Amino acid sequence: MKSPKALVVAAPGTNRDADVALALELAGAIPQRVTPTDLESKPQLLVEAEILVLAGGFSYGDNTGAGRLFALDLETHAGEKLRDFIASAKPVIGICNGFQALVRAGLLPGSQGRAALGHNASGTFDCRWVELKPSSKKCVWTRDLTSNIECPIAHGEGRFVCDEDTVAKLQDADSIAFTYVGVNPNGSVGDIAGICDESGVVLGLMPHPENHVLVRQNPRGRMTGLGLDLFRSGVRYAMER
Amino acid sequence: MRDRIGTIENRISIRSIATDPRAKAAVHSSKTLQVKGVESIEISDLIWFDPPLDDEARKKVTQFLVDPLLQSAAWGIESSSASHTVEIAFLPGVTDSEAREVQRAALVLGIDVKAVATGRRYEIHGPVTADGVAILTRRLLANSVVERWAINEYVDPPIGVLASVPDPVQRIPLGNDAALDALNRERAMALDVEELLVVRDYFLSLGRDPSDVELEMIAQTWSEHCAHKTFRARLFDEHGNELKSLLGRIKEATEKINAEYVISAFVGNAGIISYDGEHTLALKCETHNHPSAVEPFGGANTGVGGVIRDILGAAHDPIACTDILCFGPQNLHVDQLPAGSLHPQRIHDGVIAGVADYGNKIGLPTIAGAVLYDPGYIANPLVFAGCIGQSTLSAPSLSGPNVGDAVVVIGGRTGRDGIRGATFSSLTMDASTGEIAGASVQIGDPLTERLVMEVLREARGLYTAITDCGAGGLSSAVGEMAEGIGASCELDLVPLKYSGLAPWEIWLSESQERMVLAATNPEPLRQLCVEKGVDFAVIGTFTGDNKLIVTASGEVVIDLDTQFLHDGRPQRRMELVAPLVRGREDVPKLKSSIVETLLQLLQHPNIASKASVVHRYDHEIGGATVVRPLSGSELDGHSDGTVWIDPRRETGFAIGIGVNPWFGLGDPESMGWLVVDEAIRNSVCAGADPKKCSLLDNFSWGDPRDPIVLGQLSSTVDGMCAASLAFNAPFVSGKDSLNNAWTEADGSRSSIPPTLVVTAVAEIEAKNVLTPDLKTPGNVLVLIGSTNAEFGGSHLGMILEDPRGVVPRIDEAAPVRYNRFHAAITKGLVKSAHDCAEGGLGVSIAEMCIGGRLGADITMLPTPDSVIGWFSESTGRIVAEVDPADLGEFQDVMGEAVLVIGTVTADPALKLLNDGYVAITDLLAAWQR
Repeated sequence: MKSPKALVVAAPGTNRDADVALALELAGAIPQRVTPTDLESKPQLLVEAEILVLAGGFSYGDNTGAGRLFALDLETHAGEKLRDFIASAKPVIGICNGFQALVRAGLLPGSQGRAALGHNASGTFDCRWVELKPSSKKCVWTRDLTSNIECPIAHGEGRFVCDEDTVAKLQDADSIAFTYVGVNPNGSVGDIAGICDESGVVLGLMPHPENHVLVRQNPRGRMTGLGLDLFRSGVRYAMER
Repeated sequence: MRDRIGTIENRISIRSIATDPRAKAAVHSSKTLQVKGVESIEISDLIWFDPPLDDEARKKVTQFLVDPLLQSAAWGIESSSASHTVEIAFLPGVTDSEAREVQRAALVLGIDVKAVATGRRYEIHGPVTADGVAILTRRLLANSVVERWAINEYVDPPIGVLASVPDPVQRIPLGNDAALDALNRERAMALDVEELLVVRDYFLSLGRDPSDVELEMIAQTWSEHCAHKTFRARLFDEHGNELKSLLGRIKEATEKINAEYVISAFVGNAGIISYDGEHTLALKCETHNHPSAVEPFGGANTGVGGVIRDILGAAHDPIACTDILCFGPQNLHVDQLPAGSLHPQRIHDGVIAGVADYGNKIGLPTIAGAVLYDPGYIANPLVFAGCIGQSTLSAPSLSGPNVGDAVVVIGGRTGRDGIRGATFSSLTMDASTGEIAGASVQIGDPLTERLVMEVLREARGLYTAITDCGAGGLSSAVGEMAEGIGASCELDLVPLKYSGLAPWEIWLSESQERMVLAATNPEPLRQLCVEKGVDFAVIGTFTGDNKLIVTASGEVVIDLDTQFLHDGRPQRRMELVAPLVRGREDVPKLKSSIVETLLQLLQHPNIASKASVVHRYDHEIGGATVVRPLSGSELDGHSDGTVWIDPRRETGFAIGIGVNPWFGLGDPESMGWLVVDEAIRNSVCAGADPKKCSLLDNFSWGDPRDPIVLGQLSSTVDGMCAASLAFNAPFVSGKDSLNNAWTEADGSRSSIPPTLVVTAVAEIEAKNVLTPDLKTPGNVLVLIGSTNAEFGGSHLGMILEDPRGVVPRIDEAAPVRYNRFHAAITKGLVKSAHDCAEGGLGVSIAEMCIGGRLGADITMLPTPDSVIGWFSESTGRIVAEVDPADLGEFQDVMGEAVLVIGTVTADPALKLLNDGYVAITDLLAAWQR
C-alpha cells in the first residue's frame, strides 16, 4: 500500500513542525506542512490526508495561554471538518502545544470529561528527558508499543489537570495513553503524560517522541525507547485502516 | 481624551487557582531584599479593553480567556483584604504582544475593541510597611524602564494616550567649543572632542547647520558600539611607540593562517566558514551588558533576538544559540548593593528568563554556554549571546545593493523604543543610568522574529543584500548598506506602532525584529511577507550618487555624503601602559583536608552544577543536539563541549567555550592564550577535529581611555592572537563591549574584571562523539599535559582568599597534543575525556565520577606535592578514560608522556591516593548544593 499523507498543522509560532515531519517520514508517511487557514481554503487537504498532526511550539507566542489561540484558529477555520476527520477514524496526534490546542478545542478528553494543562508545578519552563509508559491498548498510536519510550519534554505548561471523575473515566475507558515513569516532571495528575479520545484515534501528549527517532539522539547512548515506534504505530494504523 | 475611569474599570482580572509560581518566587525574593513582613502574595493578570464591553461580550471574553479548572476571573475593580496592592502596567509604546493577541482573538469572537492593554496586580498580605512595599515594587515587582505602577490604587492602562504631535525637525547651530561640548552631553552623543570638531568643519564646509536627525545619525554611526573606535584606534605605548591596532592584529593572524574553510572573516554581520564540503556556517556572538543591567529580562531577551538577526543578516538560517552569563554573588547582602543597581539575584533570574523566553519561543536550541560569578559583576553583569546559522555552498551569492534596488523593511513596526541604544552602550554607567537609559531597552517579540526567520528561509534569491536592524536602527542598517552607493528614504513610509514620533526617533529607533533588505523587484518578497503575516514596506531606493537623503513629510532631514559618514571619523589615538604581571610560584596552604577542600571547590558557584539554568532552555529542538550541556548516566553531569549534528547527516560541529577573567586579573596576555586553549580543548574533548576549528572573540572590558585598562586589552589581544597562530585556528568574527565601568557612590571608578570569551566551533564526525562521564569499571584513567605550581586566578586561591599564585604558563606543546589526542579518539581509543580546568585535577575526576556514577581509584599524582597535584589549574591537560587493552596503542599515538593515574571502579567512591576517600553521593551533594 502507498505511503499515507500526513498533514502537519503549524500556526504562527509553531516550531517543532520540521522535527515531527522527519519522524513521520522515517515512519513511512509523506508529511506536508499546512496552516489552519489552509484547512479552510483547501478543503481537499483533509479529504486526501490519512493522518493529522498538530505540531509543538509556541503558537502565537503562548499569548493568552498555551494553545488557546491555536485552538481558536482550528475551530474558526476547520472545526466541522476536523470533527468529520476524527469521526471517520483517521488518526490525529497533538504534541506539546498541539496537545494543549486539542484540549482547549475540546477534542480531548472529548466526552470523557474536562481537562486542562496548567503551569508546571516547578513554575518554570523545563527541558529534560523522561521515560514514558504506554498504557492504552485502545489508542491507535500506542497499542503496538511493547516497551517504554524515552524522549525529552520542553514545556512550561504541561501539568495535566482534571477532576477525579474524569481520571476515573479515562482509566475505565483505557484512554490514558502515557504515564511518566520515575520522575513526574510537571506535577501532572496520576503521572499522566498523554491521553486519547474515546475512539482511540486522537492522541495528545506533552513530551516530544519526534526528538528521539535516531539512536544517536539518545543521550545515554541506549538503543531502546525510540519515539519513532509511536509514529510507526500510527502510520501502520493509517495504512491498514 | 477618552473616559479614563471607564477604561480603568473595564478590565478582567484573572488569577490562578493553584498557587501562582510567580507569587512563590516574589515572597522568596522579598527576603533577599530584606523587606520584612511579607506573608503571602496573590497575583492576578489584568486585561483592559477599550471601549467598555457589554455583558455578552464580557461573557464571551471570559469563556475564551479563563479555564475554570485552572483560573478564576472577575470584571471591574476589586476590593481586597490585602495589606497593600500594587498594580503594574506597561508604559505607553512598550511592546505588549499579549494585548495584540487578545485584540485579535476578540475580533475573531466578533467583539469590536479598539485597544487592549495588559498588566498585573499584586495583593500583598502581612505587616509590611509602606516603605517596604515601595522597595518591593521598585526593586522586584516592576521596572521603571518599561512599566509604571500604582500602590494601593488602580493603575492607568496605556490606552489612548499617544496622540501627541511629533516634535518638528530642529536645525542645530554647532557654535563654539564649549557649546559643542554641552550639546554632546545634552544629547548623550558620546563623541570625542576631535570627532565633534570634524563634524563642525563638515557642516561649515556645507554652509549650513545640521539637523537633529543628522547629528543623531553621526553619533550613532561613530559610536564605540558601531564603529569599534578602540579596536581600530592608533595605539601608542608608554614610550611613545606606535603599536598595530587591535583589530589589525586579529585580522593579521587570521590572514596568516589562511584556512581554506574560512569564507569570510570580520566582514558583515557574522563570520562564515564551510564544513562537510557542502554547507556553510555563520558564527556570531554579541554582548548585551548595559541593557541587561537595567532591565535584565528585556536586555537578555533582545540580546538573543539581536544575535539571531545578525545571522539572518548574514543570509544564513539560524540553527542554535549559545549564552555566557556573568553575575555578581547571589547571596550579596542588600547593604552592599551599589546605589541604582539591581540585586544580582534579580539580574540572574531576569537574564535567564529572558534568554530562555526568546530562544525557546523562536524555536532554536540553546546548546552551549557558561555561568560565572564574581563580585566584579555586581553593578555590571555580562550577557554574551551567540547564534550559529546554516546555509549551503551553492546558495546564490548576494550581489547588491544595486542602483535602483528598493530599500525594504520587514518585521516589527517602529516605535519610540530602544532610542539611542548604540550610544547608551558606549557610555559608562552610574546610579541614574536606569532612569536615563529608560528608552534604550526594549522587550522582544520572538513570535515576530520567528515569522521573519520563516520568510527569509524561503526568500533567498528575492533580495540582493540584507542586514539586521539592531543598534542604531534604520540609521545604522540603511547607513551601512548605502555605503559606497547612496540611498534615498522617506520616513513617512516606515510602518509605525503609533503616531507622534519625531523624525530622528523613527530613524534611530531600535524597535526589535526588523530587517532591512535591498530588492530589485520587491513584489515577490511582499507576497511572501503577506503570506506569513509579516509587515513589509518599501521605504526608499538605492541611488548610486553616494548620498544619503532622508525626507519626512516632504522636508529633507538628512543630506549626508556616505563617504563622510563612514570614513570621515578621525582615527582615534589612544595611549596604553603595559600591564604588570602579578603572582609568585606560591602553593596555597590548605585550611582543611584534601577531601574537605575538594568538596568546598565543588560547591563553588563557578564549579557547582548549572542544571537549574540548563533545564530552562530548550536544547533538544531540531533533534540535532547530540551532546547536550548535561550528560552522563543520570543526565546531570556537565559536558565539556556540546555537539550539533543534523539528523540527516553524519558531520556536524562541536562548540567549546573558554572564559577565565581571574587569569586576566593576574596576567592578561596569558589569559588571551589560555582562553583560546580552553575553548579548543573543550571541543576536542567532545570529539571534534582541532584542525578544522574556527574561533569567535568577545571582549567585555572597562573604560579604554584608562591607559592601564587599554594595556590589559592590548596584551590580551596579543596572547589570543599568538594562540590562534599556534593552534592554527582562525578568528572569524568578534565583538567588543567596552566601557563596562561605573561610578561608585563615593565617586571612585570601578570596572568589571577583564573578560574575554572565546567560542570554538570545530567540525566533528558522529562516530567520534564523546562525553566526560566515566563509562566502564576496570578502564584506566590517564592524564596528558603537565602540572605545575600555578594557582594565580585559581579557584583554590579563591576559596582560601589567597590570590598570590602565578597564572598558568602557556603550553606550546598543547596544539600537537590535541591533534594526537583527536587521532586517538578517531581510532576509538578514548572512552571518555574531560578537560582539567577550574578546580584542577581533583574537580575534573570528581565530575567524571558524578557523570558516570562510577568510582575512581587514583594511585598516582602528577607531582609529589598533593596540593599542586589535586588543585593546580595548569593548562593543556586532559583526563581520559582508556580500555587497558588499548593503553599501549594510546601511548604510541600520543607520542609523549602519558601518566596513568588510576582506574575506574564499580565502587561508587573516589579514592584520592593517600589523601582520603569520598563517596560519589557526597561529591554529588556538594556539587548540587
